[in-house]
Amino acid sequence: MSQGLNRIALGTLAFVLAGVWGLPFLYSVWTAFHPEKYSATFQWDAPITLMNFVEAWQAAPFGVYFVNTIILIVTILVANLVLCTLVAYAFVRYRFRWAGFLFGLVMVQLLISPEILIVENYLTLSRAGLTDTILGIALPYLTSAFGIFLLRQTFKVVPRSLDEAAQIEGAGAWRVLWTVYVPLARPVYLAYGLVSISFHWNNFLWPLIVTNSPEVRPVTVGLSVFATVESGVEWSLVNAATLMTTAPLIVTFLVFQRQFVANFMRAGIK
Amino acid sequence: MKLNRTSTLQAVMGAMLGAGVASVQAADLEFYFPVGVNAPAVATIEALTNAWAAKNPQHTVKAVYAGNYEETTTKALTAAQAGDPPQVAVLLAIDIFTLVEEDVIVPISDIATSAEDKAWMSSFYPSFMKDATFEGKTYAIPFQRSTPVFYYNKDAFREAGLDPDSPPKSWAEMIEVGKKLVVKDANGNVTRWGTRIPTLGLGGAWLFGGLVVSKGDVLSTDTGTEARFDTPAAKASLDFLLQLAAEGVMQPGGISWGDTPKAFLERQTASMWTSTGNLAFVSENAEFDWGVGFLPGGDGPGAPIGGGNFYIFKGTTDEERAAALDFIKFMTSPENAAVWAIATGYVAPRPDAWEMPEMKAYVQRLPQALVALEQLPHAEREFAVFQRAKVTQYLVDAIESVLAGSAEPAAALAAAQKKADEVLKEYR
Amino acid sequence: MNKRLSLGMAFVLLVLPSSLLVAFTHYPAVRALANSLWNNATSRRPSRFVGLDNYAALLEDEKLLQVLINSGLYALGTIPLAIVLAIGMALLVNSRLPATSLMRLSFFMPTMLPMVAVANIWLFFYAPGIGLASQILSSMGLPSVNFLGSTETSLVSMMVVAVWKEAGLFMIFYLAALQTVPVHLKEAARLEGAGSVRVFLDVVLPLLRPTTIFVAVNALINAFRLVDHIIVMTRGGPNNSSALLLYYIYEVTFGHRDFAYGATLTVLMVVILGALAAFQYRVLDRRTHYQ
Repeated sequence: MSQGLNRIALGTLAFVLAGVWGLPFLYSVWTAFHPEKYSATFQWDAPITLMNFVEAWQAAPFGVYFVNTIILIVTILVANLVLCTLVAYAFVRYRFRWAGFLFGLVMVQLLISPEILIVENYLTLSRAGLTDTILGIALPYLTSAFGIFLLRQTFKVVPRSLDEAAQIEGAGAWRVLWTVYVPLARPVYLAYGLVSISFHWNNFLWPLIVTNSPEVRPVTVGLSVFATVESGVEWSLVNAATLMTTAPLIVTFLVFQRQFVANFMRAGIK
Repeated sequence: MKLNRTSTLQAVMGAMLGAGVASVQAADLEFYFPVGVNAPAVATIEALTNAWAAKNPQHTVKAVYAGNYEETTTKALTAAQAGDPPQVAVLLAIDIFTLVEEDVIVPISDIATSAEDKAWMSSFYPSFMKDATFEGKTYAIPFQRSTPVFYYNKDAFREAGLDPDSPPKSWAEMIEVGKKLVVKDANGNVTRWGTRIPTLGLGGAWLFGGLVVSKGDVLSTDTGTEARFDTPAAKASLDFLLQLAAEGVMQPGGISWGDTPKAFLERQTASMWTSTGNLAFVSENAEFDWGVGFLPGGDGPGAPIGGGNFYIFKGTTDEERAAALDFIKFMTSPENAAVWAIATGYVAPRPDAWEMPEMKAYVQRLPQALVALEQLPHAEREFAVFQRAKVTQYLVDAIESVLAGSAEPAAALAAAQKKADEVLKEYR
Repeated sequence: MNKRLSLGMAFVLLVLPSSLLVAFTHYPAVRALANSLWNNATSRRPSRFVGLDNYAALLEDEKLLQVLINSGLYALGTIPLAIVLAIGMALLVNSRLPATSLMRLSFFMPTMLPMVAVANIWLFFYAPGIGLASQILSSMGLPSVNFLGSTETSLVSMMVVAVWKEAGLFMIFYLAALQTVPVHLKEAARLEGAGSVRVFLDVVLPLLRPTTIFVAVNALINAFRLVDHIIVMTRGGPNNSSALLLYYIYEVTFGHRDFAYGATLTVLMVVILGALAAFQYRVLDRRTHYQ
């Protein structure tokens, strides 16, 4: 009996929490699909419209922003996968002087992420003439301590016997990496890829600092310029733009949700 | 998208006219502009920019919307520092000192040297040219200039038994009238405030300058090396803001610039103090009868002059400068000044623009548009000094801390004064 | 078995990839230290060596003091709250209640949104008088709150935004951890007569400890790293009540164009993060670190 009551109480709590949590987002959805005059006045029979999306899409070059973001995240992801794999492989498979110290140096980036160093990184980029380029946005992120850490953890548990067997069959360092280590780390690559994509899709401060022109702005910067409060742009348009710019990510995650959780478990992040 | 169209157009033109066209002094302009008011500003600017490009097929121009004023100045400065400045930009008039100090702009009077050019430069209202000049040189051309005005809901005035045709003129009247305009619900919570003066951030500092002017003082002088925070006028202005909150006329705490027009349209406030640049937005969206008046003043009318000017950047070729000058002339021509003023509510910066037929029709349709112009003789330059961003922040901090109740007006202003002097003494 | 690293391999595997890391992590940190010893040069002020002047300014900077207090409160406020909520959410989603997938969606959705988008959503949500928050308050007969415009509430409002955005991500980690809790342990505890609260505290919570450490470290780094919402929503105001350290660095450097002081503040930030890392390393479980 009291079990049942508990369950009802717990259910109510869950319902309320989930409801409250969803409220700001639902509010945003509501304003995005209704004319501006209903953005602060709730009326259940308010007319539903898609015009906000059309208008927002036409008011700013969101298509360009999307393309920029995709180029950016693909560049970073590819570089990360390759470079982090190489470094992790070196730390796991080889013995060399200062290995522990060097690994510590790499891990410094986990703590002092590129955002912390915007001042000097901006000056570096400015001297190199790479501000206002997509490469410039990507550069500080091309190697990732987090990626190196994850892959090193994964490679460490690759059975030695597999490595040795491959060598006996005459495989060189590259072949061993490609045929033994990489396949076993596949779930980790997928999990890392999802994290990297969501991080760089959402990244804002650094791209804001290094970009000037719309041709290189990623969606986050484009959205913030579009939604500049001082210009008092209509709420319904801002919310439509907000949903529009995040929709691809939301869809990706809804599709990969299960793999995401499962892979994180397997990746040994606990 | 637009860029592609222009450059395709140019390529086609080039192909049609043959190689000979290459010898025409062609320039590719990049043009940064901010938006600081509720208006279809981006679309209008792009339309004007495209019109110039169509008229000048040998040139291209790319209009870059870079956010609010502060962000646009930051972008222009960082781009200039990286060696890739825009050729031309609309930036805050008061950023002239920063731009000169960072050594990123050229005096327009060094480029516009012909007699015709000089006549053109003297065709603008002198009050707008005053803050375009430094050390005897003209660095800027007025474009989106404004003063704040007092917007009020006439229906609310009628409801409260007030004369809808006589908005408050003095601070005392503002408080008296404001009290009558406040509406509360059954629980005693305010559902409509008497007035709304943005007090947060840069917008807050701008309006504060108007309060000080109406008390017969200014926040800064023309040299750009003097900040006048610790004055009786400034103190009286802070007291007035505090009194508005204490008397229940205005929402206590800080009030943001961006939300203000929305709050007015949603009838959350019966009146608001904001830029005349919001006129088009209010006129389009207000579902009630509304009017515009001078800002109520302390000892008479007073307002700050604000807004943005055109600047031409260093690191540009002579061809680019010539093209930029031509572009600015086009954008500020009487016809286009009228187009811009009508689309936004900004004060057309030259008398002959007001003589254009469409402008006359506009003023007839929307007489509220004249108020800012009529207020101009009572207006003074907005707070402008070297290290503007940093020193304005001291003022912003003072205003915000007083309104938050965490500092006394006199002490806060004295502290801001001390910090400002510390920064500015190097420039004297 | 570990092989010796040949010079060529070392170059390809280590030097080449990590040169980028060094160029954008170690080099700028050192460079910030060097630049903090110079003044901020402009066309009207020649560049000169000023020694520790910038650090002296640091000590006298009242605004910095406020910023540091804000940052501390922000970290202390958001991290535990996000963790507790994340555990709660994970338990609910992991329970046998109906509609858990809808719940998970509701909790996880904010995590997928960029902070800029989150900030936009909350900006309207918070708008005094007209936003949904005010409308809810007024329907309950409460006065509207000037969330972002008053010094008492602005920082807390920012913290709420951060927790809303992050708790869902942390929930995922806890969900993953909960699914690894062996069922027989819980059943054994139940057989000994423990209630569900006891089972949670004695059996489940200790097993979540590594997750909590991982999540806490992440949350701590984010508390210092993520200021997008401050830029969009309050610009540190009113009266600096919501300014965090990284926002202050951004404002000083790119707003006020004081690169020298920006570099000095960067050094301070690095020192603070280093101190936190050292503290964490000593106090928290050593084994969970880079062994």
